[in-house]
Amino acid sequence: MTISKMLFKKEEEVIFSLRAIFEQYGYKKFKMSKFEEYDFYAANRSFLGSEHILTFNGMDGKLLALKPDVTLSIVKHAKGSTAPVQKVYYNENVYRGKKGAGEYKEIMQVGLEYIGEVDAYATLEVLQLAQKSLEAISESYIMDISHMGFVTGLLEDLELDYQDKEQVLRMVADKNTHEITRICEQKGVCAEEIKRIVDATALYGDLKSVLPKAKALCKNKRMEDAMDELDAIGSFLKSSGAEQSVNLDFSVVNDMDYYNGIVFQGFVKGVPSSILLGGRYDNLVHKLGKDTDAIGFALYLDLLENLDTQKEEYDVDILLLYDETTDLTALMNGVQMLTSNGQSVRVQKEDTGELKYKQLLCIKDRGLEIIG
Amino acid sequence: MDKWINIALPKGRLGEKAYQIFESIGYGCPSIKENNRKLIFENEENGVRYFWVKPSDVAIYVERGAADVGVVGKDILLEQDSDVYELLDLGMGKCRMAVAGEKGGRPDADKTLRVATKFPNIAREFYRKQSIDIEIIELHGSIEIAPILGMSDVIVDIVETGTTLLENNLEPWEDIVPISARFIANKASYKFMNAPIQEMCAKIEEIIKNK
Repeated sequence: MTISKMLFKKEEEVIFSLRAIFEQYGYKKFKMSKFEEYDFYAANRSFLGSEHILTFNGMDGKLLALKPDVTLSIVKHAKGSTAPVQKVYYNENVYRGKKGAGEYKEIMQVGLEYIGEVDAYATLEVLQLAQKSLEAISESYIMDISHMGFVTGLLEDLELDYQDKEQVLRMVADKNTHEITRICEQKGVCAEEIKRIVDATALYGDLKSVLPKAKALCKNKRMEDAMDELDAIGSFLKSSGAEQSVNLDFSVVNDMDYYNGIVFQGFVKGVPSSILLGGRYDNLVHKLGKDTDAIGFALYLDLLENLDTQKEEYDVDILLLYDETTDLTALMNGVQMLTSNGQSVRVQKEDTGELKYKQLLCIKDRGLEIIG
Repeated sequence: MDKWINIALPKGRLGEKAYQIFESIGYGCPSIKENNRKLIFENEENGVRYFWVKPSDVAIYVERGAADVGVVGKDILLEQDSDVYELLDLGMGKCRMAVAGEKGGRPDADKTLRVATKFPNIAREFYRKQSIDIEIIELHGSIEIAPILGMSDVIVDIVETGTTLLENNLEPWEDIVPISARFIANKASYKFMNAPIQEMCAKIEEIIKNK
């Protein structure tokens, strides 16, 4: 029996395409348990970006949590730099508190992680897979790239303490240049430096046209190193022909405690928020006591639920009516014949008017008869 | 459908003032001035569609992509912690978020501070940073009565001139943050409609500068 693609919901179809892409590049599926000890997540709350974790008591009284995230668990189980590179992907449901709703939500996540020495090739491979993933969802997609080294370099040597920096980074993420100016002025940052931050925040566009402008904003080694990495990505994109869908945007800012290098975000048309989030997270790996690097991304496929708004016109192809007098063998044979023709058949005693069908049939003289 | 820019405006004086800005830079929509109960207005010529929504709902429409851009008070953005781009400070509807209490009074540091407010998240965040233990009393209006009746020690609310406070024998004790109207954009719209939104943004900025 062949399965019609029509039967799949968009997110289900996407999962299979993504798995095919990841397997093609030699990534292996990683299956994990539904829960983990709560303490582990509690220690890494800010990485999750959510305060709300669904907890319950295990059989031995230990406090457990329904997984709010997969990356943390994968890194926890990863080996250090002595082990060979790990290339894994996952397809799991995670549970998080939903903002405002006051309730927990099941989130369908598909993600990919590269754990081991991350060189220039590894970065490009992961970026390309992120891009292919977006492409698999929609032809109309945009991927924004930033570099944490550039952004933190921007805030280096300024009269800002850790809290101020966090606040400024949040403003950068919101492209809120007026608030950046206000905070920095308050803290006594000089006008030239404020302008540098504001200009970087406002930059947006394809790498070719924006990279030279970003280069002009560099003021230290950290930023220059970041530019070298972005340059390499820029020239790869040029050769791969995917330039027009990838933009440079320094407002893609992830938590500086966890992320260090390239960070990126993906959008598809019709979904109002970013569907793909990823980046280089060596800091997280080190925090969890492993001496290696890592880069990866996750896609939030539950967001696709509302993408396909075209409704099915019919519930079923055929409604087949029967009653006590109908010959059972004729009925069974009739159903068999219709379904083997690829039609969907619903058999019931009466047409209650709730079901939308293309044709109404009944059994007469041991054969099928169209009645409506 | 793609070519439309959907703009969410807050019903009321602030929204009307904001509309004037949009009109003056070429995004006018004559039908909006007709006095009727319609909530959506569009102008095919320049591809804009306006919605009038409750002021506290603007950020929700924009965050969820029903509107591409919108005008909203900073108080709402802070309270709802909206995930949108805050592109411009329009400099309109200026006021401040402040803590107010009885005239001449001071908070008693030895007990839990009872805070009456319409903005529980802003109040909680403000006191959390100072490690002050508080109890939030969430109200929906006439906040000034709470301390008069002894139901709360202070209020956290928007202060424009301070007249209402004075008339109720209260005074601002401490400013939390300055408030004004902001021009916001949905994050995905900003990507897919970058050129038209940036153009709109630049024109508005020009107008504000010249004011």
